Amino acid sequence: MDAISITVNGKEHSVEVSPDTPLLWVLRDTIGLTGTKFGCGMALCGACTVHIDGEPARSCTTRISAVAGRKITTIEGLSAGGRHPVQLAWQSAQVPQCGYCQAGMIMTSAALLAKNSSPTDADIDEALGGHICRCGTYQRIRAAIHQAASQPSERKSGAGEPR
Amino acid sequence: MSAPAKDLARSTRREFLKTGAAGAAALVIGFYVPSEGEGAAAKSFAPNAYVQIKPSGEIRLVIARSEMGQGPRTSLAMILAEELDADWSRVKVQQADLDPKYGDMTTGGSFSVRSSWGPLRQAGASARSMLITAAANSWSVPPGECTTRHSAVHHAASKRQLSYGELAEKAAALPVPKDAPLKKTNEYRMLGKKEDRVDGHPIVVGEAHYGIDTRLPGMLYAAVTRPPTFGGRLKSFDAAPALSVAGVRKVVEVRAVELPPLFGEERKPNSGHQHYLWGGVAIVADSTWQAIAGCRAVKAEWDQGPGASESTEEQRAQCAAMVKGSGKELRKIGDPEGTFASAAKKIEAEYELPFVAHASMEPMNCTAWVREGKCEVWAPVQNPGAMATAIATALGIPSSTITIHITLLGGGFGRRLNIDYGVEAALISRAAGAPVKVAWTREDDMRHDYYRPMSHHRLRAGLDAQNQITAWLHHVAAPTTDGFYVGGDLPDMGGTELAGVGLPNGTVPNYLLEQSFLHTAVPRGYWRSVDVFWNHFAVQSFIDEVAAASGADPLELRRRLIDTKQPPAAGGDESKPVDVKRLRAVMDLAAERSGWAAPLEARRGRGIASLFGWDSYIANVAEATVAKDGSIRVDRIVTAIDCGQVINPDMIRAQMEGGIVWGLTAAFYSQITVENGQPQQFNFNDYPVLRIADMPRVEVHIIPSHESPGGVGEPTVPCVAPAVANAIFAATGKRLRRLPFQTQELAQS
Repeated sequence: MDAISITVNGKEHSVEVSPDTPLLWVLRDTIGLTGTKFGCGMALCGACTVHIDGEPARSCTTRISAVAGRKITTIEGLSAGGRHPVQLAWQSAQVPQCGYCQAGMIMTSAALLAKNSSPTDADIDEALGGHICRCGTYQRIRAAIHQAASQPSERKSGAGEPR
Repeated sequence: MSAPAKDLARSTRREFLKTGAAGAAALVIGFYVPSEGEGAAAKSFAPNAYVQIKPSGEIRLVIARSEMGQGPRTSLAMILAEELDADWSRVKVQQADLDPKYGDMTTGGSFSVRSSWGPLRQAGASARSMLITAAANSWSVPPGECTTRHSAVHHAASKRQLSYGELAEKAAALPVPKDAPLKKTNEYRMLGKKEDRVDGHPIVVGEAHYGIDTRLPGMLYAAVTRPPTFGGRLKSFDAAPALSVAGVRKVVEVRAVELPPLFGEERKPNSGHQHYLWGGVAIVADSTWQAIAGCRAVKAEWDQGPGASESTEEQRAQCAAMVKGSGKELRKIGDPEGTFASAAKKIEAEYELPFVAHASMEPMNCTAWVREGKCEVWAPVQNPGAMATAIATALGIPSSTITIHITLLGGGFGRRLNIDYGVEAALISRAAGAPVKVAWTREDDMRHDYYRPMSHHRLRAGLDAQNQITAWLHHVAAPTTDGFYVGGDLPDMGGTELAGVGLPNGTVPNYLLEQSFLHTAVPRGYWRSVDVFWNHFAVQSFIDEVAAASGADPLELRRRLIDTKQPPAAGGDESKPVDVKRLRAVMDLAAERSGWAAPLEARRGRGIASLFGWDSYIANVAEATVAKDGSIRVDRIVTAIDCGQVINPDMIRAQMEGGIVWGLTAAFYSQITVENGQPQQFNFNDYPVLRIADMPRVEVHIIPSHESPGGVGEPTVPCVAPAVANAIFAATGKRLRRLPFQTQELAQS
């Protein structure tokens, strides 16, 4: 196994894993960043969403070999101290119930707001259509994204930035 | 009461009986919890197992229930803090490990607040009373002149105050009072007001610790290949292909193990229970991915077991045939058959529901470390006590050597009342000689669940010439859930006849409830709202069918049913009678807020369903639009709930919103089908669930009350599918009697 180099939350890691290993398990088992969650392994639920060069991606079906040399941001690196407007709105709207799917929801929402500063409900439904929450927090997710969108724009630029 | 709640109540009572009055008191007071690894422990004030106040003023509250999104870490802490008059900003909440000093730690049946309401108020009140005594002694004033607020005792006349931290050491030296007075409801400062979750921040920054996030020094990772058919067992296997996978350390046979009942029940000998860990082949590796790869490589032969020829279509036919005959009589009033036979108008309908999975977002997993005759476990578990018992039995070591750390649960919904995944992890750790985290894939989780049973219902109602219901007959065919664990054909409805089967039981003069049992190898389990879900879908739909046949408004008919006669107390363990005024109030409120009487455009309709269950009263009004192609859009659901004393209204709203999503998923999507003894579903592609685009607008209205708190996790769930089915009927005149809804029946030709 050759070492593969990836940058996670601004820090470079050299990992020795089989090239077909999904990014998800490298993050969780090799690097020890467990904030990114395993839900389905088939890119059906969105729980494992991270940013790859700022774009939301399903880490459970992304081979590590495909992200060599690229910048990965996980929920742990989305902001310093949870100050990203999406994270703040998530707490203000009290979105999480069990919370397991929420890292993925937050990562996709942050990426959505980075591109679309005032998404409609339809935009939100489309962006988050690949995500599943079994606790049923969807109504609050919509509200929280609208709330985050109403924050001053400079605070939204934090999406994808390492802390 | 739901089956788990019923059993919880039973086992809690048994616990109290066993330990006697002193034991019951000891559950609440008299235990000392030393603070962790600090010399100042002696100076801390810890009058019971739940409250600890440090000289610094920090207050640690211990939560002995599992957090799976329903909020006990916050709501139970609020109950303690209210009676304690604690400064909430100085409160730290600690999750308890499994410990007998907390009594029964099972979390289920919408029971956490209900079962903790008395003990936790007492725990908070006795601590507060001791702090007052300590302050009064310091000032040489009567305790009655002292008041408490924000973690301090005040003496108004002398304008003096002492903080709880300053009083901690003195209070610790005082005797614990037996019956400290509780606050009056008009003295509440916290209860009934919105409070943010105590663990909201770690969740949004990715630092919350779920079971699957457990990491230990030297920990190995495992995945397991399990029998493909229900009730199958491992015959033989070839480890070599798996051992050639990079990172695979060991291939371990997991033997089949008989598991105990979940709630401490006694099994009769030879009762034919089906509660086993079925075993399989475990691959132990350096990472989860390598373990999964090893699982795919291993070659195993299986004994297919007794259920190998089962199929859903055959079982549907069996159930349909059974309800035509007679079953085990569960409740009979008057002469239902005779009255029905001679009724002026006869109405009949059959309903059916499938097996469904839990599919919590965090798949099953458990980390275990067996060493030196002990076993330490990190588990996302609702039922740690039974898990410890089962592990001890499987390993052949005393229960006292088992430690269970309860992690955060990425959803539970009843699946984690089961204990299979803990026993499996312990057996694998022992065989591997290392701490091992066993992670299940989504497919493992979907195909090795304990499924909410399928059921088939035949309902008949006889009306007299004035359209009054004179006879009501309900025959359910379903496999038993309680009997799966305990053995025998046990009806799951013993305690929930009124809550689940609901009205008009007791409000019509001639009534019959009977059950026939489908025998199957498909594992059954408790699922959010349990048997109430399936019975309520049938009954609340059929009330509307009776309304339609008799030309009555569905809301009016429901009002008339409960106004006719006071229903009796539900059978079994449910001791509280239905308070028809409270039931009526939630129906009226939901109707009013939904604009029940206002006309809707073509192919749009409203439907109602209501319930008394888990000590709460609830009504849902659903508003739905049916497109010409038969597709259904649920536009809005208006919920009214009276759950007694409100602890945290925002959490109640969240549970209503979530319960509605749970109910909608079951109404529109969920079904596990079986072919050749195997489930046909694998993952979220073939077991779809509700996604954000289908989320209706949910409006929650809470009726203020100071009655004892009721449960909130489950009650709204059974009122979703029938409210929507009734709305669809109102929109189209077509009745959907099968879940998930077969929407093709609604397409306009």
